[in-house]
Amino acid sequence: MKILVPVKRVVDYNVKVRVKSDGTGVDIANVKMSMNPFDEIAVEEAVRLKEKGIATEVIAVSCGVAQCQETLRTAMAIGADRAILVETTEELQPLAVAKLLKALVDKEQPGLIILGKQAIDDDCNQTGQMLAALADLPQATFASKVEVVDGKAQVTREVDGGLEVLSLSMPAVITTDLRLNEPRYVTLPNIMKAKKKQLDTFKPEDLGVDVSPRITTLKVSEPPKRSAGIKVPDVATLVDKLKNVSKVI
Amino acid sequence: MSSLVIAEHDNASIKGATLNTVTAAVACGGDVHVLVAGHNAGAAAQAAAQIAGVSKVIHADSEGLAHGLAENVAAQVLAIAANYTHILFPATAAGKNVAPRVAAKLDVAQLSDVTLVLSADTFERPIYAGNAIATVQSKDAVKVLTVRTTGFDAAAASGGSASVETAAATADSGKSAFKGSEIAKNDRPELTAAKVIVSGGRALGSAEKFAEVITPLADKLGAAMGASRAAVDAGYAPNDWQVGQTGKIVAPQLYVACGISGAIQHLAGMKDSKVIVAINKDAEAPIFSVADYGLEADLFVAVPELVNAL
Repeated sequence: MKILVPVKRVVDYNVKVRVKSDGTGVDIANVKMSMNPFDEIAVEEAVRLKEKGIATEVIAVSCGVAQCQETLRTAMAIGADRAILVETTEELQPLAVAKLLKALVDKEQPGLIILGKQAIDDDCNQTGQMLAALADLPQATFASKVEVVDGKAQVTREVDGGLEVLSLSMPAVITTDLRLNEPRYVTLPNIMKAKKKQLDTFKPEDLGVDVSPRITTLKVSEPPKRSAGIKVPDVATLVDKLKNVSKVI
Repeated sequence: MSSLVIAEHDNASIKGATLNTVTAAVACGGDVHVLVAGHNAGAAAQAAAQIAGVSKVIHADSEGLAHGLAENVAAQVLAIAANYTHILFPATAAGKNVAPRVAAKLDVAQLSDVTLVLSADTFERPIYAGNAIATVQSKDAVKVLTVRTTGFDAAAASGGSASVETAAATADSGKSAFKGSEIAKNDRPELTAAKVIVSGGRALGSAEKFAEVITPLADKLGAAMGASRAAVDAGYAPNDWQVGQTGKIVAPQLYVACGISGAIQHLAGMKDSKVIVAINKDAEAPIFSVADYGLEADLFVAVPELVNAL
């Protein structure tokens, strides 16, 4: 069984982005870029399924600019066997990415597609579910545990109030939550090995997908600033402020 | 123009997030209908009909809809989608699970975590963990939205008198099955609807200490309990207590952060709280930069002292 793992190149999670002064977006020039953390968890999960003998091949996919190759090399250093880049300089929105991935699912016929639940740049939380819908596949989002038993994916999901377990026929789409696993550190020998692994490149046109954006960003602005309040010296003062000034207790 | 709100419910009652979503739907303009897709969910449908501002409730009932499976709920929404210009889901685990399936099948973009409706096609939504606010315009004929509940007031749960119409339930997809759940039962308010939240961080040091220190304060304040990602990752608190960019987004009247340093991802989930209290012994902790009242103290001393003082 093949596993397809889509990964996104995003601003590193440690970077605090700044809104451009002209309000056209956030400034990502000369900012550290990394693999979306949820996607790293997805790659790790796929590689573990291969190590357990459940999967035979792990294919990493990224859609975007040429530099996404670096993200794919990272995925291959974690243990993906090969990679596909759908290269474009167009702004890609989740629906367009889902369509590109659907075309690759048709081509590669994976048994599982494992994605991060959301990208930490646009915070959309859409692509996995959209792909599942377009490919008519069942889905289990926000996974905290994945098992493959008797040809079915048994997935524990993080839901409001606790956990739930679903059983999905395969092929299926799974999106990862934070507690699914802890991705391994990539080692230098594996980084070197990853450089030699196969990386194929397509254009959206090759896959017959129109990636035109549907949503226009009119403006990006700073959120209202919350100013720091005061330091209180002791618990008694704190209680007094909450009771008599803020009146919240 | 008319809007469809997909109700969040447990078959017996309507969850609070539905009420905020109705308010967002009213802001989009036109009639507001509510879909209650569930199993033996008559009571939830009746409750939905009482919500102020709702003109019609559509009730679809079948076993396949009992547990909110995304495949089945999305099919149910799509069966009636043609009648609407706006389809709104609360941005809860359930709403986020289903909405993109509906959008993709309609071949339209989805607008996630909408915090403000500017017009029928223009909305505000936070990006980069709330460090930027994007004003976005959709060119699609149908707008599929998930609504961040903290961005909208709750519609009144009573006073409405909508008609309840029954819709034929769509067939079960047969591709996914619900096997079970572990939903914690407690008498506390829901995290996302609570007026007061007491949250604990890594400084608690263990699950036992977390319970021992945080619970009495939460009891005293009638509060929901939350946690930072670090505390959840360390196993001090359950997954669904996580407040932050990728966990719960909350905006209570009072948020008490105990031993939480205040990573940007955590601040993204609580900085819209009305009053923030931070108790932390590290004077440099970023949480103090958003706190109305900062108490620089050892939480193991200060929190019990606070419990006694209340």
